[in-house]
Amino acid sequence: MTGRVITITSGKGGVGKTTATANISAALADMGHKVVCMDADIGLRNLDVVLGLENRIVYDLVDVVEGRCKVRQAMIRDKRLEELYLIPAAQTRDKNAVAPKDMVRICDELRQDFDYIVIDSPAGIERGFKNAIAPADEVVIITNPEVSAVRDADRIIGLVEAEQKGPAKLVVNRINTEMVERGDMLAVADVLELLAVELIGIVPDDSAVLVSTNKGAPIALEPKSKTGQAFRDIARRLTGEEVPFSASNGNEGFLGRLSKLIGTKEGRNA
Amino acid sequence: MPSLSDLLGRNRSASTAKDRLRVVLIHDRSALPPGVMDALRQELIEVVARHIDVDQHAVRVEMVQEGRSATLQAEIPIKASPKPHSTE
Ligand SMILES: Nc1ncnc2c1ncn2[C@@H]1O[C@H](COP(=O)(O)OP(=O)(O)OP(=O)(O)O)[C@@H](O)[C@H]1O
Ligand SMILES: [Mg+2]
Repeated sequence: MTGRVITITSGKGGVGKTTATANISAALADMGHKVVCMDADIGLRNLDVVLGLENRIVYDLVDVVEGRCKVRQAMIRDKRLEELYLIPAAQTRDKNAVAPKDMVRICDELRQDFDYIVIDSPAGIERGFKNAIAPADEVVIITNPEVSAVRDADRIIGLVEAEQKGPAKLVVNRINTEMVERGDMLAVADVLELLAVELIGIVPDDSAVLVSTNKGAPIALEPKSKTGQAFRDIARRLTGEEVPFSASNGNEGFLGRLSKLIGTKEGRNA
Repeated sequence: MPSLSDLLGRNRSASTAKDRLRVVLIHDRSALPPGVMDALRQELIEVVARHIDVDQHAVRVEMVQEGRSATLQAEIPIKASPKPHSTE
């Protein structure tokens, strides 16, 4: 087996990398793939709580790097999904405890046992980012429809290209349809035009995300949730499946919204 | 060509955001601070005007985005009756 390494990153912090990592990993595992997600945000560990696995941690990524345990021993099996594992970050160390070559070595080992290795990157452009993208076969950039997030995403897209890890793929997270229709939020089409990269997902702004994080249960596992569907669609696209964007959140999808906008415009002019 | 949302979102904050980002990204990518454009424009005019009579007020110098790269575009209109060539 030769697993694929997918790194989830962003320029600006707080745009939804950890949320996306947890949900994409859960969705991939739910599809039957063998998945391990890895928290590369050393010192600011969060993927464990988002997945609800914080009480089971014994070893972490830095323990593996420093040889205190085997990779296997640092892996925590998910409560819900047989095929989902987590390798947590160290909470009391900093990013310099891990080097890009450590990440490459650990991922090469994991590739033999897993279909997908999903890495949650820290924000920024420094060591933690370099660690996270070093083993990547594919880089997914998360952004929000907001000026500073888009600007920072552009910088990261350039850096990913410079590191020969491009072309990166884009997820626009926290789209508020109402605000877009009002003209007070950048539409996905605007963000795509500005960043000139391939789109791999559109995720609505949804308070249910916070609720699912409170519970430590990924929203991607809620069959009826549109936001869950958006994450499941991203997972399917990552496996190479063609998933139309109109399906990503029902009639409120990217194309649905566009046609709705056209309707609104004609209505106004009539 | 303006996109659909450009047409619809005119005068709303999203179109302002998009216009501002367009400029910011081009300068970020080229590592060229926006303030340098004025100096560049002035120097281009000076160089060209040494050889041709240019309409200084109509000169346009700007960065244009093409995918993820940018082109520096200069439009330098020449005045109707050029001065005779002094240098050959
Ligand atoms: N689609 C969404 N709708 C609503 N809230 C969201 C959405 N995505 C993320 N959030 C919320 O945004 C906050 C930040 O998310 P998250 O921790 O995933 O970001 P991050 O990019 O990993 O942050 P950091 O850079 O600090 O690691 C969280 O409170 C999360 O619940
Ligand atoms: Mg995070």
